[in-house]
Amino acid sequence: MGEIFVVVEHRQGEVREITHQMLWKANDLCEKHAHTLTAVLIGGKDEPFINDIAERADKVIAVEDDGLKDFNGDLYKEILYRLMQENHPLVLMIGHTPWGMDFGPALSVKTGFPIATDCVDILLENGRPKVIRQIYTGKIFSKVSMKESDGYLVTMRSGAFPADKVGDRKGEVIKKEMPADLPEAAKQFVAFEEAGAGAVDITQADLLVSIGRGVGEQDNVAVMQEFSEIIGGVLSCSRPVVDKNWLPKYHQVGTSGKSVKPKVYLAFGISGAFQHVAGITGAGCVIAVNKDKKAPIFRVADYGVVDDLFKIVEALKEKCSA
Amino acid sequence: MDIVVCVRRVPQTQEVDLEINPQNNDVRKDMLAYVINEWDNYAIEEAVVLKEKLEGNVIAITVGDEDDEEVLRRCLAMGADKAIRIDPGDRVLDPYVISRILAAVIKGLSYDLILTGVQADDLNDGAVPTMLAEHLGLPHATVVNSLEPGEGEATVRVELEGGMDEVSKIKLPALLSIQTGINEPRYVSIMGIRKAAKKELNVMELGALGLSEDELTPLTTVEEIYFPPETEGAEIIEGDPGTVAEAILKILKEKGVSK
Repeated sequence: MGEIFVVVEHRQGEVREITHQMLWKANDLCEKHAHTLTAVLIGGKDEPFINDIAERADKVIAVEDDGLKDFNGDLYKEILYRLMQENHPLVLMIGHTPWGMDFGPALSVKTGFPIATDCVDILLENGRPKVIRQIYTGKIFSKVSMKESDGYLVTMRSGAFPADKVGDRKGEVIKKEMPADLPEAAKQFVAFEEAGAGAVDITQADLLVSIGRGVGEQDNVAVMQEFSEIIGGVLSCSRPVVDKNWLPKYHQVGTSGKSVKPKVYLAFGISGAFQHVAGITGAGCVIAVNKDKKAPIFRVADYGVVDDLFKIVEALKEKCSA
Repeated sequence: MDIVVCVRRVPQTQEVDLEINPQNNDVRKDMLAYVINEWDNYAIEEAVVLKEKLEGNVIAITVGDEDDEEVLRRCLAMGADKAIRIDPGDRVLDPYVISRILAAVIKGLSYDLILTGVQADDLNDGAVPTMLAEHLGLPHATVVNSLEPGEGEATVRVELEGGMDEVSKIKLPALLSIQTGINEPRYVSIMGIRKAAKKELNVMELGALGLSEDELTPLTTVEEIYFPPETEGAEIIEGDPGTVAEAILKILKEKGVSK
């Protein structure tokens, strides 16, 4: 009987949804394989969500210090290293988030335990984890095994599992102080800053006309802006459009942009990377237009059109002004 | 400011029908076109911008075969001073092995910063950056979308989820993984690549690095790959653009969002 550790990710006094998703999956593994589920909470004193976590785990190890209120990858790495040495968990689950990507692979090197990253599923076969990953922009799945070891690290992709509370647990909370002999962190937190608000609020729109890499060039953005007005929608976009500076960040839909909930989401030339799809789970209806019939967007859309987006846009414009 | 940038050549897989190889552990690569990994393109641009501002040297490094020199030439054309390719021969690579190889080469170089992309577009592990930092004992930050070097430290902005950034100060030398959109990568012309042909591009053999068998053993192995399971997926609207447009407008009307 082994132990599964889940690293609690939290920000500004709130637990992040990825934590609940990992606890859901860890519960599933623990029920199937009779393992113990331990949540590791590195944070400030008496974080407000500690009971919520305890109800989803057999045990909570809370390492508390005012200096741990905000995330610090150096300190997480050192603290988790020590906890793994003391407790020998079979699997340590980390969110594949900007923070998990920071300390996860470094912790793998420090502990000597293998890591599999950006996993959408994990299974245990003969006591060893195997993971499922999505590669080549989601067009291919891969099953990956890890070198035999005393412990394994995995980082889990956001949105891969439900965030529901499952099982009937009331985990014991074990509070620990921050180890006194930690090396000084080489990185110091300064502040959280909100990426600026903009002229439109895409989260409030009923109809979004959303554009991706498939618009091709900057001049076409104006064409799509005009079209969005004709059809009565608001223009939004996927990441590549913002990266190229064709639209400001407040138009961006996805994990690093906004989550939206329009009645209809018209996706033009958007391939459907998971970071984008995660932002449209609240959409009532998704209609995707893309030249590539294998684009992952068609797996999540309600309706699909495999064609040149501009032909469809021109036809729509004609019908609207007729 | 001396900067080392780790780059990779990746196959372009959007708008391409992929085929699985006979070993069942990767896609067939022979028909695919290759490009510089998008994140790495931003990383090399960032290095060159810093060099233009603060002076110093930029070295681009890749682990790969002769064909992969194409991305190094591109980096040289963008403004890197020197390039290094480490030839892995027949070795099976995973993020761990790549990070070990890079570390063995980089430890002999002089640098204030190491820049990488956040991840590669093909396998999206995102694991090499901080594995490499840990081998070298360096401070690190990942998913960096803004970078301002100061005296012995840099102010970095890490892109979090939901439109939030985290600002921190990090001691130099450090390793940063660069997010797309941090800058506007310059255009590289064929002429530019030709002009840069004179710049130094060194090739190193793996054997020269003194890595142990353990350090060259992958931690992860792809057992099999497969196409995503069939799902219901989208209902495809067929027909000419006029017919499709009518069908779309009908859906908008049903959903109560027609103008």
